[in-house]
Amino acid sequence: MTDGAGRVIRVLSLYDDVMNVYADRGNTLAVQRGAAALGLEADVLRVSLGEALPEAVNLVLIGGGQDREQRRIADELAAHGPRLREWAAEGVAMLAVCGGFQLFGRWYRDTAGRTLPGAGVFDVTSVAGGAGQPRCIGDVLVDSTLEGVGEVVGFENHGGRTYLGPAAQPFARVLYGSGNNGADGTEGAVHREAIGTYLHGSVLPKNPRLLRHLLAAAARHAGIEALPSVEGADGLMARAAERAHRAAVLVARRRGRPVAR
Amino acid sequence: MASALQRRVALIAGRVAGEATRRLGRGGGTALPGLVAGRLAPDLVEALGRLAEHGAVTVTGTNGKTTTTHLLAAIAREAGMETLTNRSGSNLERGLVTTYVDAAGRDGVADGRGHLGLFEVDEAALPPLFPRLRPRVAVFLNLFRDQLDRYGEIDSVAEGWAAMIAAADWAPALVLNADDPSVALLAEGARGPVVTFGIDDEAAALPEAEHASDARFCVCGSRFQHARVFMGHVGHWRCPDCGRRRPRPDVAATRVLLGVDGSEVDVRIGEGAHALTVPTAGLYSVSNALAALATAVALGVPGDAAVRAVQQSGPAFGRQERFQVGGRRVRVWLAKNPAGLNEIVRALLASRGGSGEGEGREAPDLSLLAMLNDGIQDGQDVSWIYDADLERLEGRVASLVCAGDRAEDLALRLAVAGIEADVVERGTEVALDAALERTKAGEVLDIVATYTAMLEVRDLVAARAGQGAYWEVAP
Ligand SMILES: [Zn+2]
Repeated sequence: MTDGAGRVIRVLSLYDDVMNVYADRGNTLAVQRGAAALGLEADVLRVSLGEALPEAVNLVLIGGGQDREQRRIADELAAHGPRLREWAAEGVAMLAVCGGFQLFGRWYRDTAGRTLPGAGVFDVTSVAGGAGQPRCIGDVLVDSTLEGVGEVVGFENHGGRTYLGPAAQPFARVLYGSGNNGADGTEGAVHREAIGTYLHGSVLPKNPRLLRHLLAAAARHAGIEALPSVEGADGLMARAAERAHRAAVLVARRRGRPVAR
Repeated sequence: MASALQRRVALIAGRVAGEATRRLGRGGGTALPGLVAGRLAPDLVEALGRLAEHGAVTVTGTNGKTTTTHLLAAIAREAGMETLTNRSGSNLERGLVTTYVDAAGRDGVADGRGHLGLFEVDEAALPPLFPRLRPRVAVFLNLFRDQLDRYGEIDSVAEGWAAMIAAADWAPALVLNADDPSVALLAEGARGPVVTFGIDDEAAALPEAEHASDARFCVCGSRFQHARVFMGHVGHWRCPDCGRRRPRPDVAATRVLLGVDGSEVDVRIGEGAHALTVPTAGLYSVSNALAALATAVALGVPGDAAVRAVQQSGPAFGRQERFQVGGRRVRVWLAKNPAGLNEIVRALLASRGGSGEGEGREAPDLSLLAMLNDGIQDGQDVSWIYDADLERLEGRVASLVCAGDRAEDLALRLAVAGIEADVVERGTEVALDAALERTKAGEVLDIVATYTAMLEVRDLVAARAGQGAYWEVAP
């Protein structure tokens, strides 16, 4: 499903008026500006409750929500599951964050004990935190399993615990923070070009190598191979992103909960 | 239950603790006296609720608590009452107890004769404090997303309020924002009278919904529809399915003219018409003023007196306070969350003669010092800055200094909006100097800061302007 005409990448923003609880808009803004810096145009299509998916896209974004919001979208999202899995299999780039990550898994058992169906893009399952189980809140620093992405910094705030199935690859190894479940040291999941993570909000703006990775995958899927270097393009955002990344890494190292070894 | 003597001892102990921290130069000591006294006599909150002869008023909501409480104090004084009120930001249990400590003299005795209790209370802290304070009037301003690492989701805060009102065994009057569905629907469980306030002037609405306007769902499960949006999800709303809708406000702004440092507003109180000059900028300031006027109705204060009092009051601490520093005008704005920051941006754009809605014809004319801290009181998670529509500032910023503990994150957020910081500097004093240097003589420097950053920079600015630190000025 490629579209070589022009240098346009088609971005699908899913349920962003419902699942946007943790500043997920930062990721969409970063995609738009980051694409422009690479000479691409990001054409963002928003699809929410009761609306149909488009025929073809190159990048899918979904953000976080809490139990209530997740219940509102779960059935519809699960109905989109076959299409989303098909897209993932053909290399569409995806970023599913926090509650969106949970619902991109097989299922999510919420605080009421109800099992919400997932879209099944990732072979993961998630369970809401039980009584007496603290939420995972705080600064996170992880080391990505993706080539060239390196350290990724952010903030997590989730009650649910996510467990990788046999077919799942983690997105990263936790250095500071809780990650998927606070126990196995994994963070997020990767399936082809789809990434799921608990790092919310400003994960793309302040992790320029992750942004570049995702945009390159989206461009590849759109049939655009050659991308200019980030450095030469939008100097303003690239410089500010490097600086913010370094500063946030220091905060996470100082304040984040180190992983028990 | 503590005896009167126990309470006296506790209040004296709290006072001594407060004086000691102040002597050591450890800031204002607004929490410690309350902690000490509260430990010794656990029912001081109940006693505080009973202390004022004219009863207690609570003010809660995400944004506008301090300003509304400040306006209410002016109204109470105009009506011949003395006020017993907590200091700005000290709106948890210990802050309330500190208020009692401050009100009590050296002998540990407080005199509530002729007083009205005015207490701003944190929105999440209110449910357990409400039955202990037993307010005569409870004011609910709005409910926006704020520091999710602290407050959790909005619906659960609203549910906590509704349960607390339903469980009341007295009949408090409720003052409710008709424009905010999460607040207006509290009327359904009211035990006493309800006074609503809202903006009727449709011309004050936004041309399009803001990003921070997360979808809001009715108790029946349907999604609210908005004919007009003033900020976030606040506006003229209705539920398409169950018929719930914005009530006609008892106190309404029928015409709003936003100005540089304030607004001209036609206000309807009941059926009486009044002309009001709101002394601070922005539509959110209009909403706060309406809340104060509606509370005056609930308290039985005549409309004319209330309007006069609001008009003559200045800004509250750190909320659009204005200073003169080295030939520049300096304004200090407190930004706590996306909704509040959006309103500040709107007010800043309007305050330089533009329309406030960015029609692209304005020149870069804003000198800004933007400060982001990540302490507990600011919110440790700084990602919320992406939910504010800072893109609107593009093309309007003449100079920008980013400061605070997370100066780099803020500079990146603004870079994403296409705005380049001239200076990125964590140190407050260096940043302030850099910002003043980049502000032309006679022009305005606007300082927009999160809570702890605001406290720090406001002290510096006030000192340079020749005013005292905040624990030395009247709250
Ligand atoms: Zn309804």
